Amino acid sequence: MALDELYQEIILEHYKKPKNMGLLENADIKVEGKNPFCGDEIELAIKLKDDIIENVTFDGSGCAISQASASLMTEKIKGKSIVEVKKLISTFKKMVKGEDDSQVNRDNLEELLALQGVSEFPSRIKCALLAWNTLLLGLEEKLNKKAGEK
Amino acid sequence: MESGTKENTSFDADKIREHFPIFFQPENEGLIYFDSAATSQRPREVLTACNNFYEKINANAHRGAYKIAEKATAAFEAAREKTAKFIGAGRTEEIIFVRSTTEAINFVAYGWARKFIGVEDEILVTEMEHHSNLIPWQVAAQKTGARLRFLKMNENGVLPLDQLDSLLSRKTKLVAVTHVSNVLGTVNPVKEIIRAAHNVGAKVVVDGAQSVPHLPVDVVDLDADFFAFSGHKMLAPMGIGVLYGKTALLEEMEPVYYGGEMINDVDYYQSTWNDLPWKFEAGTQNIAGAIGLGAAIDFINSIGIDTIREHDHSLTEYALNELKKIKDLVILGPTENRGPAISFTLGNIHAHDLATYLDQKNIAIRSGHHCAKLVMKKFNVAATARASFYLYNTKSEIDALVHALNEAKGYFSKWR
Ligand SMILES: Cc1ncc(COP(=O)(O)O)c(C=O)c1O
Repeated sequence: MALDELYQEIILEHYKKPKNMGLLENADIKVEGKNPFCGDEIELAIKLKDDIIENVTFDGSGCAISQASASLMTEKIKGKSIVEVKKLISTFKKMVKGEDDSQVNRDNLEELLALQGVSEFPSRIKCALLAWNTLLLGLEEKLNKKAGEK
Repeated sequence: MESGTKENTSFDADKIREHFPIFFQPENEGLIYFDSAATSQRPREVLTACNNFYEKINANAHRGAYKIAEKATAAFEAAREKTAKFIGAGRTEEIIFVRSTTEAINFVAYGWARKFIGVEDEILVTEMEHHSNLIPWQVAAQKTGARLRFLKMNENGVLPLDQLDSLLSRKTKLVAVTHVSNVLGTVNPVKEIIRAAHNVGAKVVVDGAQSVPHLPVDVVDLDADFFAFSGHKMLAPMGIGVLYGKTALLEEMEPVYYGGEMINDVDYYQSTWNDLPWKFEAGTQNIAGAIGLGAAIDFINSIGIDTIREHDHSLTEYALNELKKIKDLVILGPTENRGPAISFTLGNIHAHDLATYLDQKNIAIRSGHHCAKLVMKKFNVAATARASFYLYNTKSEIDALVHALNEAKGYFSKWR
């Protein structure tokens, strides 16, 4: 059944027991995102060490796809540099939108591949992307601020 | 499946369905459409009427002294007349064709409210409004400096009228209220609200998007000042809607769009406006849409709006009863006197996940906040699932929904 491709075991796991839930104190980046279409909300708190994402947590409410996507995302980006994460965001977007990408990029997504099924459910793409778009917003705000300070 | 309750004998939804091509497309096989509150399906008669306009009499209305233009004009104006009769308007020129409910309400906000409402005044809206009858008033209040006030609902999604006394005063210039809630199904006592508003001299704009498709409406009996609805929720095409207004109010109201067709006389520096209703219909209109609306009204009349109401009502009663049997299913809104839209939550399954599950069973429901975020806030939910019914739905479809919801519980139970 196609539904099982969407709701893979690993997604259900992350929905049931989301990783990195609850907001960090002393975050360097705090950013909120909303999906106006369905009312899903997310807040991210990111601790940076230089250009590396040292820690990241989230809070919010939403459907299984949006919550699992957020949880998987926090696991994946921890320890990565901002540049790496930005590349990852675009790779992830390509996957859920069902766009072509290089095999290397795809393989690099690892557990995130569990969300590949979303591409077959156009109305759910926004759910999978909420955390990622919010992350991108937070990173860009931070980079702009930095550029402004220089 | 045996429904237990008796089907309305004078009405055969299966026969009605045969008029709706969407149910007979091979790719839609088995489609159970429970989202008529978002937009209804359209019968062949309506599609044919629109097509006939383009194939047989296509010309711009009010602009040509030749046969097909005269026919197009006559057809357009005949649709206006049917619409006026359908909602009991006293005069045909009180029917302004617009795009939708949203546009109709914005017309009142721009053309009337901004002209007649000031800093000292108040606008009263209810907590259960669709965003299209809320945001225009938020912005109108911001622009005019008027105070926006809220008529709150109780925990059953009903507006208690005893608050009205303390909310209405001589300062109240406008009351905006929905006739039937698109989320809760509540049928509001608009006649009483209008009477109370008129007692303090306030005007009332009624959002009839969810009432005109499902109940007999008589704007004169209600004494509504403005009344808005959309064709696409009542079997007509998308892109045609109606603003009804009392003649005196439409006369004092400013045009919202300026341009061709809405003028009487034009000079270099100023112009004068056309008579009602054309003063508000600048530019080329959606003539095919209006004709489609006329055909939709004919279709509804051929069955009878009372018969449709009974059918909707019996489906709603039946669904409420059956849904109640599902453990952990919570229905929002009143248990009686409601329109055919039922919002619910099911355990901790997110409405979006539920909608995806049901879609796999070919059951189309709506999930989300239904453009009524204040209602979501009130009931402290981020989103709900909503099933809504119309004349082509049947009890056996509701049985299928209930069955699928029980299955969904099983499917998602492994998550807990
Ligand atoms: C109660 C209510 N008001 C207004 C609207 C807006 O209608 P439209 O989108 O046709 O302008 C809707 C439909 O979505 C509705 O249900």
